[in-house]
Amino acid sequence: MAGKEKLFSKKNIAIFKEPLVDNNPITFQVLGICSSLAVTVQMRTALVMSLAVMFVLTLSNISISLLRKKIPSKIRIIVELAVIATLVILVDQILKAYLFDISKQLSVFVGLIITNCILMGRAEAFALQNKPWPSFLDGLGNALGYGWILMVIATGREILGSGSILGFQIFPDSWYAAGYENMGLMVLAPGAFILLGLLVWAQRTITKTVHE
Amino acid sequence: MLEHYLSLFVKAVFVENILLAFFLGMCSFLAVSKKVETAIGLGIAVTFVMTITTPVNWAVNEYLLKDGALAWAGLPDVDLSFLEFITFIATIAAMVQLVEMIVDKFSPKLYAALGIFLPLIAVNCAILGASLFMVERSYTFGESIVFGFGSGIGWFLAIVAMGAIRYKLRYSNVPDGLKGLGITMLVTGLMSMAFMLFSGIQL
Repeated sequence: MAGKEKLFSKKNIAIFKEPLVDNNPITFQVLGICSSLAVTVQMRTALVMSLAVMFVLTLSNISISLLRKKIPSKIRIIVELAVIATLVILVDQILKAYLFDISKQLSVFVGLIITNCILMGRAEAFALQNKPWPSFLDGLGNALGYGWILMVIATGREILGSGSILGFQIFPDSWYAAGYENMGLMVLAPGAFILLGLLVWAQRTITKTVHE
Repeated sequence: MLEHYLSLFVKAVFVENILLAFFLGMCSFLAVSKKVETAIGLGIAVTFVMTITTPVNWAVNEYLLKDGALAWAGLPDVDLSFLEFITFIATIAAMVQLVEMIVDKFSPKLYAALGIFLPLIAVNCAILGASLFMVERSYTFGESIVFGFGSGIGWFLAIVAMGAIRYKLRYSNVPDGLKGLGITMLVTGLMSMAFMLFSGIQL
């Protein structure tokens, strides 16, 4: 598939690994923030959302990469949108069929994967110039990079906001009896903004990147 | 009736601000809020397009996609609602193109101001989000116009305020790792907290 190159050559592994930390789609490329914040009240919804994005992103990268020589550059955005929208409809139908209550909780945010900038961004920046196999790796890497940030924020919000992990209560009742209270702010919108801000701060301090 | 629309408008602008409560349109919000002038330009363009696309998508949904919507064509059993996403995004892309052409023709001055922002809008999640919310909450035609306009104004307010804050931030001493995205997120968090004070307001 990758021509003369080996399937797991150094270059391909780098393509896969880069978006995990060094070039993370959320914290460095600043793509796909909308959905990352809205679905992170609970870990379950965040997990489902990450899987949905992974599915759409890898498949859209592969299909756009396969079509890259056939797409006229003038109408490429519409073609990309059509590919992505079709995949998102698939995901939405699957979720409605098998995970109805989670699909209800995610509400419009499954549909909004279409306008998630990660998808368009990766299609434009990578899949249009590269072969299917590296595009697949790039899609997978970016989806994982997106997913782990989502999970970290969701974990923080669920533990602090609802006192539970994946729906199971972790703080004993005696704590609540002693006056411990869940932080209501974390369940609401500001909690997500602040947690992501702190996460970005921590990550950029560790990797010592300065922007602007 | 007017009261109902007014209350919906206030709700869309302040109480359930599409950006600060539902996180929609963050990408362009972060990218274009560095200067107040550009923020105003994009804000107006988004309000404009949203006011048009939400009612248009309402009509598309009501007469083409909804369960039984094709009854007028003699097909009462057809349910095309699974095509919602792809039709809405196509409508939005087409409307953006149309708006671009009309504005270019009739007001070259406005076009010069909005020009670069219009293509960006097709992939702004706030626009698609407004249409999807409109379907989910089953608004009527009148409500969809008010909701589209209100959400647009809410988004406009948020991005202009952010532009002004970021302008001021240039003179403050922000820690290295926090510069850029980090501090913007924290400020947005504080803004969103301030907007939460509006919750519960009913006209």
